Amino acid sequence: MRHEPCLGSQTDNKEAEPYVGKGAPCARVSPSNAQVEFSGVRMAFGQRVVFRDLSCRFPRGRVSVILGGSGSGKSTLLRLIGGLVRAQAGRIVVDGDEITHRSERQMYAVRRKLGMMFQDGALLDSLTLFDNLAFPLREHTAMTEPEIAAAVREALAAVGLAGIEELLPNQLSGGMVKRASLARAIIMKPVILLCDEPFSGLDPASVRLIETLLVDVNHRLQATMLIVSHHIASTMRIADHVVLLLPDRAVEGSPAELRRTTDRRVAGFLDEDGAPGGARA
Amino acid sequence: MNAIRDLGWAAVRFVADLGGLARFGAQIGRAALSPPVRARLFVDELFKLGVLSLVIICVCGLAVGMVLSLQGYTTLVRFGAEQSLGAVVGLSLIRELGPVLTALLATGRAGSATTAEIGTMVATEQLDALRMMSVDPIDLVATPRALAMTAAMPLLSALFIVCGLFGGYLVGVGLMGVDPGSYMSSLRSAVDFRDDVLGSLLKALIFGVLVGLIATYRGHTAVPTSAGVGAATTSTVVVASVSVLIFDYFITALWGV
Repeated sequence: MRHEPCLGSQTDNKEAEPYVGKGAPCARVSPSNAQVEFSGVRMAFGQRVVFRDLSCRFPRGRVSVILGGSGSGKSTLLRLIGGLVRAQAGRIVVDGDEITHRSERQMYAVRRKLGMMFQDGALLDSLTLFDNLAFPLREHTAMTEPEIAAAVREALAAVGLAGIEELLPNQLSGGMVKRASLARAIIMKPVILLCDEPFSGLDPASVRLIETLLVDVNHRLQATMLIVSHHIASTMRIADHVVLLLPDRAVEGSPAELRRTTDRRVAGFLDEDGAPGGARA
Repeated sequence: MNAIRDLGWAAVRFVADLGGLARFGAQIGRAALSPPVRARLFVDELFKLGVLSLVIICVCGLAVGMVLSLQGYTTLVRFGAEQSLGAVVGLSLIRELGPVLTALLATGRAGSATTAEIGTMVATEQLDALRMMSVDPIDLVATPRALAMTAAMPLLSALFIVCGLFGGYLVGVGLMGVDPGSYMSSLRSAVDFRDDVLGSLLKALIFGVLVGLIATYRGHTAVPTSAGVGAATTSTVVVASVSVLIFDYFITALWGV
């Protein structure tokens, strides 16, 4: 997969939505500004090649959205960053650590910097919501139980789930599971937050709520966020930087740059959801 | 030609699977011997695998002892040796049937449940979530279950044997009219504590390691779909049952247990 540099100008003309409140425009991602970097990555599952030669960068402290058709490797890209799957060739750098050849044990140190919101939540189904959030704190910190309880309640309140700590994951709605998964992902205050399809299967109101939460988390934690999504309108509202995975290459740029592109495949993909009009809807 | 190629691939897969199992066993061993000690999880699993299997083990032990006594009496009475019924029932249960049938029952009830549980965690990305939280799933999920199975098996086997002996006594003495003193004295004189009882417990311990390892390994390597979890569960029951029977032969042949 060939990397194509940013399209169009570097100025982000994204219209401000009240809840978005994004500040500075998205700059072209320089190596020094990149917190996650892929260089010539090859990844295949058996005979099926997902990435032939992927190169792209994700800027520090910004919201990056990864777009692409089904099977284009969006979720695989997140799993590569987390070391859940391994690339066959190339180089992946996460917050200064080259992770391509790290063992599973060595990856645990890198993963301390990461938080991941899984598509279906991946909450531990035998634990209550409270224990799900308390779990990483109990594993990795020396916090006392009262301190853990306070941190869990704070995280749940931040995602609007206060008061339901004792429910099990199977007693939560889809939107609540997503929010709980987000709360668990941020409770350790990660440097990089990976979100796999946070808007899938949600009604429009829930999509807006998750968008608000993600932007709020980005502001509060100053975390670099990588969001995999099919949701073009949401992407246009919250993204500082977009990586579109096409079958033969990756296209990078700010939402405004992508909107202005003359590339028919990029424009066609963005139009699928009514964008660019949809982005402002 | 295709048949030879398929056979070759099957052999390669078998060896690779065996290697994977051995590596997984080593990882469990390392996790068991290094901190953190997850005593609470171990006790929880011991309850699920052991205590919740008590009823089925007791009922089956009782039934096996009763039928063994019935069959033994019918045979022994032809030779006028019905006073040895206690020895026949006791030795059969302690040396062979107790550990083997307990392992098969534990495989069907607890082993399959363990595989299904871990397989479902794989399918719902819970194990990946643990890895992303820098927690080793082998340490947290597989090790307590495998250790609990290893610890529970000798205890369940002992319980099976006791229930079997009681069932045998009920039928032999209560139904067939064998003298209670003869039944008990033949049992006591025939059974050697070191060779028979300890050997039986050792056998059960080995079966526990085997079933625990296979059940957790199959769960961890399950294809992350509902069909994959189902296939892994079936595979656990088949592979663990066959392995128990094959190991039983070799343990008996090599160590005389």
